[in-house]
Formats: sequence, structure tokens, C-alpha cells
Amino acid sequence: MADAVHSGLSVRFRQALPIPLDAAIECGPGEMLALVGPSGSGKSTILRMIAGLNVPSQGRAACNGDLWLDTAAGVCLPPQARSAGLVFQHYALFPHLSARGNVEAALGHLPKADRGRRARELLALVHLEGMEERRPGALSGGQQQRVALARALAREPKVLLLDEPFSAVDQVTRRKLQWEVAQLRRALEIPIVLVTHDLDEAAALADVMCILHRGETLQAGPPMEILNRPASALVARLADLRNVYEGRVEGHDPERDMTRIRWRGYTLEARRNDRYTPGARVSWVIPPAGVILHRRDRPSAGERENPVRGVIGECVVLGENASITVLVDGQPDTRLGFTVPAHVARRNGLERGGPVVVSLLADGVHLMAWEAAEPS
Amino acid sequence: MDTAALALSLKLAWWTVLLLLPFSILVSRALAFRRFAGRGFVEALIALPLVLPPTVLGYYLLVMFGGDSLPGRVFEALAGRSLVFTFEGLLLASILFNLPFAIQPMQRAFEGIGPDLREAAWVSGLSGWQTFLRIELPLAWPGVLSALVLTVAHTLGEFGVVLMVGGNIPGETRTLSIAIYDRVQAFDDAAAATMSALLLAFSFLAIGLVHLLTRRIGSRHG
Repeated sequence: MADAVHSGLSVRFRQALPIPLDAAIECGPGEMLALVGPSGSGKSTILRMIAGLNVPSQGRAACNGDLWLDTAAGVCLPPQARSAGLVFQHYALFPHLSARGNVEAALGHLPKADRGRRARELLALVHLEGMEERRPGALSGGQQQRVALARALAREPKVLLLDEPFSAVDQVTRRKLQWEVAQLRRALEIPIVLVTHDLDEAAALADVMCILHRGETLQAGPPMEILNRPASALVARLADLRNVYEGRVEGHDPERDMTRIRWRGYTLEARRNDRYTPGARVSWVIPPAGVILHRRDRPSAGERENPVRGVIGECVVLGENASITVLVDGQPDTRLGFTVPAHVARRNGLERGGPVVVSLLADGVHLMAWEAAEPS
Repeated sequence: MDTAALALSLKLAWWTVLLLLPFSILVSRALAFRRFAGRGFVEALIALPLVLPPTVLGYYLLVMFGGDSLPGRVFEALAGRSLVFTFEGLLLASILFNLPFAIQPMQRAFEGIGPDLREAAWVSGLSGWQTFLRIELPLAWPGVLSALVLTVAHTLGEFGVVLMVGGNIPGETRTLSIAIYDRVQAFDDAAAATMSALLLAFSFLAIGLVHLLTRRIGSRHG
């Protein structure tokens, strides 16, 4: 078997019941993979299957060459034999044990005499010096999360699994914990799988983002690739990309490495994509960063690149940025969203109902297989 | 005061607890953590002694212990004597009528342990046994202690079933409750009063203790 020596985590799960699953995940050592999807998409189930708490009707899971699950061969190791560190969403700390006791419980592989020292080291690693003898009930949410992390690392696991680890704490603590995990993972040479429904969190923390929909892994790749080049309109919607439209391919321009598409009376240039033949119906997406606002007072060279006219539907200032929605050609059903720094919005006098011209960067226009728009 | 009766009651309570508690821990744990067909039926069967008239339970035990039934004959063949009107018969009856008092408090206690705690233990590398000893039992101990106290109190106090299957043989089946009845019948009010006061005090203490422990469970999971 070729992947028997494959380092890192490699899993494939399939089942029809109790929830349909068709998921494949690869995560290398030292890599963090974020499993992203709406609630009920099966994220936690997949994590539990990796840990051995659930068993799929068909599947295979291997980590660093150790076979954990192979339903075809009748192999299914119990959680105890898998060496997976799991941080539960609500931490699941043992309430009758101190922070140190919680960590020591996962140090069964060490001689008894060494466990206390190692537990202290681990708690120091997650910045809990001085809290060792406190029970979970006497710790804050953020501190409990750190104990859970220390306990998950205690086994020296071959893979670290984080189930929505930042969802049960307040915003400030969340930021802090995210930063700490980002620091911590530099020291960890193991695959880390993070389950989250927070796209920003996934994009900020993970090397690889894996989009899950109804138990099916649709696309995996670096966050920027998914956000700029989603594999389908469905992925684009799940990644919260709002600028998804339908168009028709006009033709290819090999000289300029472009594909031209027809959309609402505009001819747009897009990054070349030979997969779609002229006349084909396509879905296309442009990330907010690919939309450039034309300044009123000083027209620039970029104006010739896919200019689109419209009126401003909404201009909402959120902190340092302004979130702009343009109604293309004034049509309320064709909305184009992007953000500009708040001072740019102010200087350009952007306000509701005002006329505006934007450019769609050709390199940002990404074509996808046509898919009927789902009512949102 | 019938000290022989008190000693017998305590002996009966001791053996009942010794045999019933380990069995009840297994059963209550299974009822709390496992989902299996017929689970509701088993729960109803265990709760039955709560509502069944003691004389009815006693009657069926008598029939079961009798020389005409299979269990009765098996015991007679093995022990060389009948189960009826013996301490062994009484012990078996005591175990049966104490089932709900031993199992129900422990089942509630095990049910109070969240499933993710046991899963966290497994993922931490603890075996099923280690999880039981280090996580489940320490968290469920107020329930186990409640079960113990209730079983002892109930064993000391049970009258109907004891009279039916044990009769009133001094040193063999005459427990404290039977002795009280016996003394009242003999117009020995002083002895009856002493023994009654003893059982009253013990029952009061037992109930107080159970309440205390139940509150502990509540606060621990709160």
C-alpha cells in the first residue's frame, strides 16, 4: 500500500446513515487543516470518527503509517489505541480532578513518578502556572480551554483535534486563545484538525481549509485559494462569497491569456479558463478584493478594466472599513459587495443612491461550472 | 430489647449490601449508559418491589423457594435443606425487595455524568476499567452511598416479606421489625418501644444522609 508510509493524517469516511458522509481529508505533519461548514454538515462527526468515538460504515484512517481504521480489512482501533488528542467543544474536563489531575489522567504512558512533573510542564506551556491545584469549576472558560488543550497534548498525540475550541469563550479571550494556538502549533510537528463554522478563524489560523457540505468534502486548499478560486458556486456560497453571478462564455483570447464572458450587457475579461467553451453558461465569482472603486476626481488607468456602473445600495461603516453594496445598473437583484477603508468612502462622498463606477479586476474574475442560484 | 434480633438484622443488612451493591453498580451503569431492547422492561421489573404488596412478593418467593419448584429443589440438592424459613432464603428475599433502592439512586448518579466525560477519558487513553474507577465512580459516589444507606435502612425495616418467607425463628429469621411485632403481641411495650425508637432514629439519620448526598450531586453538576 502506497499510503501506508504516508506521513500525517489521511482519512476517508463514507456512510449513508445516521448522517450521510462522503469525506476525505489529508493533513500533513505540522499542518493545520480547518474543517469548515454550516452546522449539521458533519464536521464534529468526522472529528469523532478520527478519534475513534464514532465508526463510519465504510472508511479508512491512517496516521503516520499507523492504520487506525480500515472497515474493508476489519480494522478498527478503540480511542485508547489511536493516540489522538481531542479538545472537546465544551472541554469535558473531569470536574472532580484538579487541573493537574486532569492532565495526569492522560499521562498513563509515563511512570507514576514522572506524571506530576510532566503535568506541570504542560500546564506551564498553556500559561496556567499557579493554577495547577484548581478544579475546573474554579477556572474561567478560557482557563478551562487551556487545561483541555494541555490534557489533549499530554499523550503526545499523533494528531491534535480541536472541536470548535473557541466557540464557548468571549471575543477577547477567543482572540487571545487563537493567537496562543497559532504560537503553540509552531512547536508541534503533528497534523492539527480544527473544526469551526467561523470562516475568518479558519482563514486566519489554517494552512488548509476544507469546505464541508452535508457530509461531503467539496474542496480543500489554502484559504486564499478557496476564497479566490472556489471550485463551485456552492463552495463560493459556503465560503460566504457574495459576488456570485451567472454569465455566458463569449470566447477565449489566447494572446492576452483571457476568457471573455457576457454578463448583463457587459463584456467582461476573466482569467483564461479553457474548460468552458464559447456559448457555455457559467457561474462566476469575484472576491471583494477584486473590486476597485473609481475615484471621481482622478480617473486612473485601471478604469478600462471591466468597468461596471451602478448606484450605491448600502454603505455601512464598520470600524476602519466601509462595506459597500453596489446595485449594478441600479438593479436591486444584482448586488456587488466590497470594502474600502472608511476614509476613502468619506473622501469620495459615497452615500446611498449615489452613482458609482467600479472595475472588476480580470485576474479576480473566476469562472465555475454553472449552477442554478440557490435562493439565499 | 432483643439483641439477637438486632444482630440478625445487622447481619442481614451486611450480607445484602455485600451481595447487592456490586451487582447493582453493574446494572445501574448499564441502564444509564447503554441503550438496548427491553431496557424499559428491565427498569419496570426493578421498580416493581416499590409498589408490589410485600405479602404478594413474599407469596411468590415462598412458591419459588418451595420443594416443588426448580430453584427450591436445586438449593435443597446443593445445601441439603430448604430455603423456606432460613437465613439464606431471607437474604435472597432481601436482595430482591431492595433492588429498586439500590439501583435507582445509582442509575440517576451515573446518568448525571455527561457522555463527553467518558469519551474524554477514553481519548486520554484510559481503559474502560480505569474510566470506571477514576472518573465514573468518584463522580457517582454520592449515588452509591445513597443506595447503600437506603438498602441498609430498608433491610432493617422490612416486615411483610420477612414474615412471609422467614417466619419468626429466633436467631435465624427473627429480625428487629419482627421482634417489635412479637413484643407488642406479648404486651411487652417497653422492649417494643426501645426497638422502635432505635429504628426511628436510624431511619431519620438515613434519610438525612441521603438528602445531603443528593444535594452534593446537584451542586457538583451545577
